Amino acid sequence: MTNVSVNVHHLTRVEGHGNIVVDVRNGELKECRLDIVEAPRFFEAMLLGKPYQQASHITSRICGICAVGHATASLRAAERALEVELSEQTVLLRKLNFHGEIIDSHVLHTYMLVAPDFLGVGSVIPLAKTHAQVVLRALRIKKLAGDLCAMIGGRHTHPIAMCVGGFTHAPSEAELRAMRERLVAARSDMDETVALFKTLDWPQFERETEYVSLTKPDEYAFIDGQIKTSDGFLYDLDDYRKVTNEKVVPHGTAKQTSHNRESYMVGALARFNNNSDQLHPRAKDAAAQLGLEPVCTNSFLNSAAQVVEMVHCVEDAIIITDELLVRGCKPEEPAAVEVKAGEGVGCCDVPRGILFHDYEIGEDGLISGANCIIPTGQNYANMEADMRALVPQILDRPEPEITLMMEMLIRAYDPCISCSTHFLNVEFVR
Amino acid sequence: MSKPKVAFFDFTCCEGCQLTVIDSLQTCPELLDAVEIVQFREAMSEKGEDYQIAFVEGSLARPADEERLRGIRERAQVLIALGACAHLGGINAIRNRRPLQKVREYVYGDKAEWFDAYEARPIGAATKVDYFIPGCPIDRDEFLSVVTALLQGREPKIPDYPVCVECKLKENVCLYDKGLTCLGPVARAGCGAICPSYGNSCEACRGLISNPNIDAAEDVLKEHGLTAEQVMAGMDLFGTYQMMEMEGVSYD
Repeated sequence: MTNVSVNVHHLTRVEGHGNIVVDVRNGELKECRLDIVEAPRFFEAMLLGKPYQQASHITSRICGICAVGHATASLRAAERALEVELSEQTVLLRKLNFHGEIIDSHVLHTYMLVAPDFLGVGSVIPLAKTHAQVVLRALRIKKLAGDLCAMIGGRHTHPIAMCVGGFTHAPSEAELRAMRERLVAARSDMDETVALFKTLDWPQFERETEYVSLTKPDEYAFIDGQIKTSDGFLYDLDDYRKVTNEKVVPHGTAKQTSHNRESYMVGALARFNNNSDQLHPRAKDAAAQLGLEPVCTNSFLNSAAQVVEMVHCVEDAIIITDELLVRGCKPEEPAAVEVKAGEGVGCCDVPRGILFHDYEIGEDGLISGANCIIPTGQNYANMEADMRALVPQILDRPEPEITLMMEMLIRAYDPCISCSTHFLNVEFVR
Repeated sequence: MSKPKVAFFDFTCCEGCQLTVIDSLQTCPELLDAVEIVQFREAMSEKGEDYQIAFVEGSLARPADEERLRGIRERAQVLIALGACAHLGGINAIRNRRPLQKVREYVYGDKAEWFDAYEARPIGAATKVDYFIPGCPIDRDEFLSVVTALLQGREPKIPDYPVCVECKLKENVCLYDKGLTCLGPVARAGCGAICPSYGNSCEACRGLISNPNIDAAEDVLKEHGLTAEQVMAGMDLFGTYQMMEMEGVSYD
């Protein structure tokens, strides 16, 4: 008779506080949960009564890793509420900035948080001795990404120059040229990254689910567009609640999101599954080398999809930088804003998946209502569904190995728990 | 001599300061040779409880946080507040301006009671803090300089002069001359005036200096037809806890 009890208190190498609980009695799965134990954050309440100009400065503080993503979604919400039109230069700089954040976040997750599991160590620190070249490469890519964001926004965590209608600063031509050179030089680091990650022995695990991401007709979407699901649905951003459907589960207390099935997945794998045709050819080649094909239903491969996206973002960043250099990039005033009452939904596909900010602005320019729906919250139900599917398949293994597999599974989602706690609920053991 | 053991902890925050610590390795990887990191949940699995130096990021946001913080305090010889949330209460304290129950209900509706919460506060509200590294987020170089000082047995030095000093050295055009307000005249420097340098007003994420030159600041304001109240309104981003303290609000 099998009895297994896994209790991971404060899961490590994730952002925020979560506990994994698995309880198997006599071979039967009794309990399988991810508890979110982070303190509530209350960001929506903080926004109430604040001037719309302050919103992105407050909400970028939801997350130190995807600060640019939150700021961008926040600005888009305010801009759509106030019907602000952006200049071509602003749109290009926002995209370039966003690519910097995708690379920064993905390199942190794949190299520093995920890779140690495959190399049998507890963190990236011992790897500095045993795999010095790997660690130095990771730090080099991370520095490039951080410097790219800093060139545009002043710093990556938390961006300074991003504002409603545009930017309060513009990179110089010399900075753009120097950055372009570094991006081109980073191609060899990308090749090495693909070469490293294709040697990893990804756990075998398949479970069909629905994949939700942004989509655009003409590009691999990160900012704006429409909401696409792998079950064949397409929604305008204003209809985001039709996708997220927050609900209370019958025997638990956790509010989760679901659309066409019991759960859905967001993030790099969802974007890859929905939009892989629009990846840069080099990223397509990386996907082929990593054995990644749409629709991929192995959640562990979310990390492989992140590697593919890093390659894509380096290439697309080179293309955008070239465009900026050709058309010129100079300091310009942010687009004029006419303050009026309105509601706007801002949507970005941030490193961990699709993110919604929805603001109501009063005619005094103060925020009168706010709703933020964060990727990790949307993945929460899917993570638990994966846990329930995976545990029975690995029950014959020793407990430490089961524990490691569960940790690796949750870590593959790159959960950002401190972002999501303002609406995730703790499931109490009774 | 054995290396000093260092641990990192976080309460309510975005973990951006710990990320900045990780980023400081880009320029200073030798840091890993100088100290032994025994706990850093965001980056490593090991959890050692034997440490001399504890860095704490984040605000206290619920009663249970205080007990955990006291445990850290008991084990650490030196406790350092990392960033604005731990140092000042930071943006978390924005919600203190509204009745706690209303805040809880706005976000969690009729399930508000499921989640323990109290008014957000800096870690210094519940325990003795030896040093603080200010900022939202912290400055990478300042973090390295504090660690270096501690390793050499020196007192870490955090600037206690206004952001205007650094802004002038950068030869930035004063934001007041551009028709904006800015907390630079009273806010603590050490950031290199990074926000004004990128076209945004100083928001005093590093707190106020201990002896602001109010007269000089008022002269600047008068020159631009502004009142102190208009400028100090900017304090509601990172300094809500301090402003409410000055108004006589306390939580016991």
